[in-house]
Amino acid sequence: MSGHPKILAGAFEVLRKDLLIEWRTRARLNALIFFSLATLLLFSFALGPDSELLRKNAAGYYWLGILMASVLSLGESFRIETENLALDGLRLIPTDPRAVFLGKAFGNAVMLWLLSLIVLPVMVALYDVTIREGVAQLAGLLFLGCLGISAPGTVYAAIASNARARDVLLPLLLFPVLLPSLLASVKATGLIFEGDPMLQLRSWVGLLASFNVLYWGLGFVLFPKIIEDD
Amino acid sequence: MSQPAAIEVVDVSKRFGPRWAVARLTFTLATGRALLLTGHNGSGKTTLLRMLATATFPTAGHIRLFGQETRAERAALRDEVALLSHASFLYEDLSAEQNLTLVARLRGVPQAKAAVAALLDKVGLTTRSDSPARHFSAGMRKRLAIARLLLKRPKLALLDEPFGELDPAGIRQMEALIRELKDGGTGVVLATHLVEQGQSLTDERLHLENGRAVGAQA
Repeated sequence: MSGHPKILAGAFEVLRKDLLIEWRTRARLNALIFFSLATLLLFSFALGPDSELLRKNAAGYYWLGILMASVLSLGESFRIETENLALDGLRLIPTDPRAVFLGKAFGNAVMLWLLSLIVLPVMVALYDVTIREGVAQLAGLLFLGCLGISAPGTVYAAIASNARARDVLLPLLLFPVLLPSLLASVKATGLIFEGDPMLQLRSWVGLLASFNVLYWGLGFVLFPKIIEDD
Repeated sequence: MSQPAAIEVVDVSKRFGPRWAVARLTFTLATGRALLLTGHNGSGKTTLLRMLATATFPTAGHIRLFGQETRAERAALRDEVALLSHASFLYEDLSAEQNLTLVARLRGVPQAKAAVAALLDKVGLTTRSDSPARHFSAGMRKRLAIARLLLKRPKLALLDEPFGELDPAGIRQMEALIRELKDGGTGVVLATHLVEQGQSLTDERLHLENGRAVGAQA
């Protein structure tokens, strides 16, 4: 047999597989879009007709919508791995578990990023938001924030996938860990919406990037221990 | 220097919670030989096969495959061992071709497309190569899982109930594939309730009861 693809090549194959499954069914993204839109609508109904309050807190509601949808998305990404023990099959091919982590975590980030971009116009219209610092900057920040959710999310989804109460366990494990990066994402997004006269955006993005490095590094090291049955 | 045994199981036990699925099991299988594994449901056959495949590891004792310890050398051994399991390892929403292509690409098989096409032809699934695995019958799923196993070209094939869910033609095809594997020098461990069929394909027999070997390895 010829040499195995290296970790990045393996990660690319896992990513390609996950995106191919999504493309064939489109089940996950469709469900996530409707779930997020419903969440954004519920926030606006809950707060009533105070458009100023909605606009002021739009970044927080937006990220909460993405966060809640991420629980569904991460759970689904491991449902396909537990069906037919496909993850065991992937391990025994063999695929480096770190490649599985990178591929799945990046795939989850891409999925959340697409979701955030799709619901963005609706959120802007619903909460009467103006994007003052530029859409490209916002798209970049959203991707960074989604990377921050997907790395720990992939680790915890793998842990929860074998538990009986997986749907409850995943958010219980994930939400506390995500607090710092979520705070940075919300603050940075708020600055992009409302303008950044004090030049604080860079600091929040730096904080978010630092947490991403930490999350991805820990995931890379810990994931093999989680999926290997030692 | 003599060739190391394909399988060397030394005082192996495996526990799930309070229950011992395999207990104090010891046996060897020489390279190129075929072993029939028999026993009632819950006797430990599947657990033993999963340990041999490096999907899981013993609670106590050691397993060596081709002289290498399974826990320490799992990455290298997974290259050489293939498991046909009760679970198919298939992605339900990928087509038959995409399922096999994923394995081929992850293994770095040269000319993956041609290799996949040849295997689909071999197991009689060429006309359904674009259908998702979800739409396959149990027998077709089994044939696709076999193609997945053959793609690895293993030195040791672990077959858990390979005749289950197959129609008579499929069973004959499976027997021919097992003979082909043996003739090609691949070691085979075959777990089945169809003892007569299994005996005609194997050289030795190991019977398990409650995770323990009963009688001598014959």
